[in-house]
Amino acid sequence: MASKTDDQRIIEFDVRTDEMLVNMGPQHPSTHGVLRLVLRTDGEIVSQVEPHIGYLHRCAEKIGENLTPRQWIPYTDRMDYLAGMNMNLGWSLTVEKLLEHQIPDKARHLRVVIVELNRIASHLVGMGAYGLDLGTFSPFLYAFREREKILDLFEDVCGARLTYSYITPGGATADLPPGWLQQCEQFLDQFEPVIQEYHALLTTNSIFIKRTTGIGVISRDLAISYGCTGPVLRGSGVEHDLRFNGEEIYTEMYDGYIFEVVCEKDGQYPADEDYPDVPPEAVLGDCWHRFYVRMLEVVQSVKLVRQAMQRYSTASGDYGVPIKFNLKLPKGEVYLETESPRGQMGFFLVSDGSAIPWRARARSSCFCNLSITAEICQNCLIADIPAIVGSLDIVMGEIDR
Amino acid sequence: MVEQSFTEQLQSQFGDAVRDGDPDAIDRWIEVDTDRLAEVCEVLRDAENIQLDMLNRFTAVDYLHTDPKKAEKADWEPHMELVYHLSSIRFKHTLVLKVMIDRWNNGREGELPVVPSVTGIWRTADWHEREVFDLSGVEFSGHPNLRRILCPEDWEGYPLRKDYELPKEYHGIRGR
Repeated sequence: MASKTDDQRIIEFDVRTDEMLVNMGPQHPSTHGVLRLVLRTDGEIVSQVEPHIGYLHRCAEKIGENLTPRQWIPYTDRMDYLAGMNMNLGWSLTVEKLLEHQIPDKARHLRVVIVELNRIASHLVGMGAYGLDLGTFSPFLYAFREREKILDLFEDVCGARLTYSYITPGGATADLPPGWLQQCEQFLDQFEPVIQEYHALLTTNSIFIKRTTGIGVISRDLAISYGCTGPVLRGSGVEHDLRFNGEEIYTEMYDGYIFEVVCEKDGQYPADEDYPDVPPEAVLGDCWHRFYVRMLEVVQSVKLVRQAMQRYSTASGDYGVPIKFNLKLPKGEVYLETESPRGQMGFFLVSDGSAIPWRARARSSCFCNLSITAEICQNCLIADIPAIVGSLDIVMGEIDR
Repeated sequence: MVEQSFTEQLQSQFGDAVRDGDPDAIDRWIEVDTDRLAEVCEVLRDAENIQLDMLNRFTAVDYLHTDPKKAEKADWEPHMELVYHLSSIRFKHTLVLKVMIDRWNNGREGELPVVPSVTGIWRTADWHEREVFDLSGVEFSGHPNLRRILCPEDWEGYPLRKDYELPKEYHGIRGR
């Protein structure tokens, strides 16, 4: 429904509309949790959007000042609860950076397997829920069918299906169970062809294209200025992925892996015959592009998992021994960002030399991604609001912390 | 990401207002005087060879020991640090910037310290500054909409300050 607002204002029969304040949320199903948007509307047209957040604030940072780093791991799970493994990894690497702790090769590849699988699961929810936002129910079921299998794999690894606390400072809490790699391989073999189904259901669906192209356009400069990261930044054509451009302690995890940063370069996405074409009405930086970047990232993640499993089975060392619960941290402060499915997730750790951090801070990617809504939702239709907010793929747990 | 220090370049323009931080730190930082902050930030974003166009993170750290025994042993006076983490999309380098401020404006307890806002330089600073205002109690002059963001608007106190105490009661809900 990407029509010019000028056209919308031409009202038949000269009926006048009044300005109205509309509350959307915090219990609205398409706001992905407890987000409240206050819309100033004139008929169907939204002139101003004000997001109100904080309904899920659980004082995670204050709690972090009272727990040791390993004890805080479960709290990181509950921030971005759709990508718990990636959050665990972010905090673990931050602590390891402060300790200058090297983990064995095997643990490194194990982490890549787990983290990239979680990225697939997370993008699947992003895709399915986006379909729900736009009023189609079936993609959600298709997405959850496959996600279920990833959750089963994770359950075998750590016993939990959502809040894993699996990756910890020093390595992981356990090794992969016997036979797990074969199961994972089977899943990938079955999953790869299914991606085409998703493209048929949403990416190339003409209703979907009509609903998502040309709205919520974020230009390159706007995305950078608002600190947008992850698929939202790459959907605007910025080639930036911390798996390539991050700090050494993070990029060395991906050393020697073959994969690509998914974003539009010189007007083209990385060529692959299996990828559907970009529809002519799509504008770089609109909702469709953000969705498309996520779908292509899933393919890259599948490639990464395959390579990581290969390397894991031949690597030396073990899965890494977790650090002691009450290990005294060296004095200092470190900051580290990792590429989580929703963007750059950063953790900041200040230590005064005791076992408990002086300050534990989580930089949320969705927090920055969401802050742009007020800017891009101006003068759009009420029906486009769920489409725009959904395309940012936010998780309120991470925003409110 | 390459860590960079542009201290010399900045010092030629701002003199002593820009200083190098602890040289042994894992993430090295530069320290900037409060009143020159906005100008320094603008140079950092716009200078041809720096182009730090993204504000990744902005936070405040409160340095205060509530236990008098520990306060005696501490090697710092009570203060607050504002930490800005900047990065450049084009050059892929990063920089950490720090501003040291008093915990209270002019030492008058209850009066929040004031720091110039950088909202005009990086738009993302808008919400980050609101969060720091909300949780750590720092005011930003020139901020367009400085309200609490995570806590309810009628909340009292600044939770991430070390001397914060949970209220006894909030709208009929027991606090502690």
